[in-house]
Amino acid sequence: MAKKNLILAFESSCDETSVAVIEDGQKILSNIVATQILSHQRFGGVVPEVASRHHIEQITKCIDKALNEAAVDYDDLSAVAVTYGPGLVGSLLVGVTAAKMVAWAHQLPLVPVNHMAGHLYAARFENQFAYPQLALLVSGGHTELVYMASEHEYEIIGETRDDAAGEAYDKIGRVLGVNYPAGKTIDEWAAKGSDTFHFPRAMEKEDNYDFSFSGLKSAFINTVHNANQRGQKLDKYDLAASFQQSVVDVLAEKTMRALSDYPVKQLILAGGVAANHGLRKRLERDLKEQHPEVELLMAPLKLCGDNAAMIGAAGWVNYLHGDRAGWDLNAVPGLSFARSNANPDLAIK
Amino acid sequence: MKILAIDTSNHPMSVALVEDDQLLATTTLNMVRNHSIFLLPVIDDLFQKVQWQPQDLDRVVVAQGPGSYTGIRIAVTTAKVLADTLDIELTGVSSLKTVAANLPSATDALIVPFFDARRGNVFAGVYRWQDDQLVSVLPDQHLSMQALLDQLAKLEKPVLMAGELTDRLQKQLKTVPEQLKFLPAAFSIPSTYQLALLGEKAAPVKNIDAFVPQYLRITEAEAVWHHQHPDAPQQDYVREV
Repeated sequence: MAKKNLILAFESSCDETSVAVIEDGQKILSNIVATQILSHQRFGGVVPEVASRHHIEQITKCIDKALNEAAVDYDDLSAVAVTYGPGLVGSLLVGVTAAKMVAWAHQLPLVPVNHMAGHLYAARFENQFAYPQLALLVSGGHTELVYMASEHEYEIIGETRDDAAGEAYDKIGRVLGVNYPAGKTIDEWAAKGSDTFHFPRAMEKEDNYDFSFSGLKSAFINTVHNANQRGQKLDKYDLAASFQQSVVDVLAEKTMRALSDYPVKQLILAGGVAANHGLRKRLERDLKEQHPEVELLMAPLKLCGDNAAMIGAAGWVNYLHGDRAGWDLNAVPGLSFARSNANPDLAIK
Repeated sequence: MKILAIDTSNHPMSVALVEDDQLLATTTLNMVRNHSIFLLPVIDDLFQKVQWQPQDLDRVVVAQGPGSYTGIRIAVTTAKVLADTLDIELTGVSSLKTVAANLPSATDALIVPFFDARRGNVFAGVYRWQDDQLVSVLPDQHLSMQALLDQLAKLEKPVLMAGELTDRLQKQLKTVPEQLKFLPAAFSIPSTYQLALLGEKAAPVKNIDAFVPQYLRITEAEAVWHHQHPDAPQQDYVREV
């Protein structure tokens, strides 16, 4: 019997321990996700040492459940894939060490995966990929525009210069009394209010694809504090709507500009903040109006957060391209795609 | 019984392959603390030298802590995943007891292995040999160097201190009880051969999933939170979604 193309994938870069079995890089046989959100909510954000301790409590349970649910054994696997960065080093190390041991014990190839490539490949469960392609990856730790001329070639053309979009949500969430992760609640509140505060749109008109959210965050916090000092109570729905409008404006405008400069077949939206309804709606609308020829692929809501299924999908592509890690694979907390500084516009001029 | 023994609790990293009480191969590195990079290549190299396959193993023995949080997590993750994936036995042994086993069983003195835990604190235990068995006199604990010395003074017996006396710890030493002797550095390097022998005698863990390092300290964030929420009920903070 021909061996199935099965990847056992590991993800532990932040506060989710996840193990999945993926067939042909696109079919989820199992995707076990153990989340630590309840734990870190006690502290208002992820505490790295606490996260590492939870990962080691969960790891073998997740492995066994993933294999059981997929009804496969180690002998059925083609390879083991693992997130080795970016992320929290102590968290990453649990997944990396576990994946190495499983691969070594069963003489399986070990495939290293960049967590951000994983996020991007969550959209692969929606449809086939076509190249060239542009991806807007937005999460709690990252905000970047990635250009892919072809499969397995990642190039950052724009990224945040300070806070990630998701980080900004959490920080303003704290001011509004919304616990981490604040994105979902702010998104819901935003739908009930309107943009009355007109917060700044940082770098919106600058001739690059980079983002900045710290100015917006400060403007937001100052507005709330000043009102508090005057004994004024501002409408939380309008505050949320104004904040979200500013974030979405900047993300959408920079993405549309990048699409004008880089003709692509598909636009991918992925990462934790890709679950934001305001952002999803806005990209759908803008794309239809400005770049109707480009297909929009949004990561399924269930796969926007961290999970091993997306690592398995990206890992399968890496596996086919011959990416292999040695037994000395280490966590790389600051791992990043290569940054391109070439603005195609400027090159033509 | 074929045993793989692992210790990455502190600066030294040590691996041994032991079969029926005989040491077949061992490697100890005591250089840069990057156990994540070196551990599996060393294990793989030793397996090739003795021509074992991973499937040949009967038991994994691991120094379970205390020690560097990252260090003990690397060893414990390695050991528990290997035992789980190969469906073999797993035994955890105190990292301090492993160091205590460096001392010959002929000694009547109390053996006090200790690790620098920073901020003037140590992880330390008190052991002694009895009928060729290392027994615990005081449980492994996290305490200040001075508090340890005070406890030892009360025991009124000769004490052999096995550990790296770092400059930080040296500064904490004000009055050292007379019956106490700090051993040369050689006695502070763990032997995974001894670890394997200790682990061979111990019962294997029943629930591999629940096997975690012995940190001996809750995290600072949790300590503060518990202090602010003394009545919070015990609950499982991790949920499958």
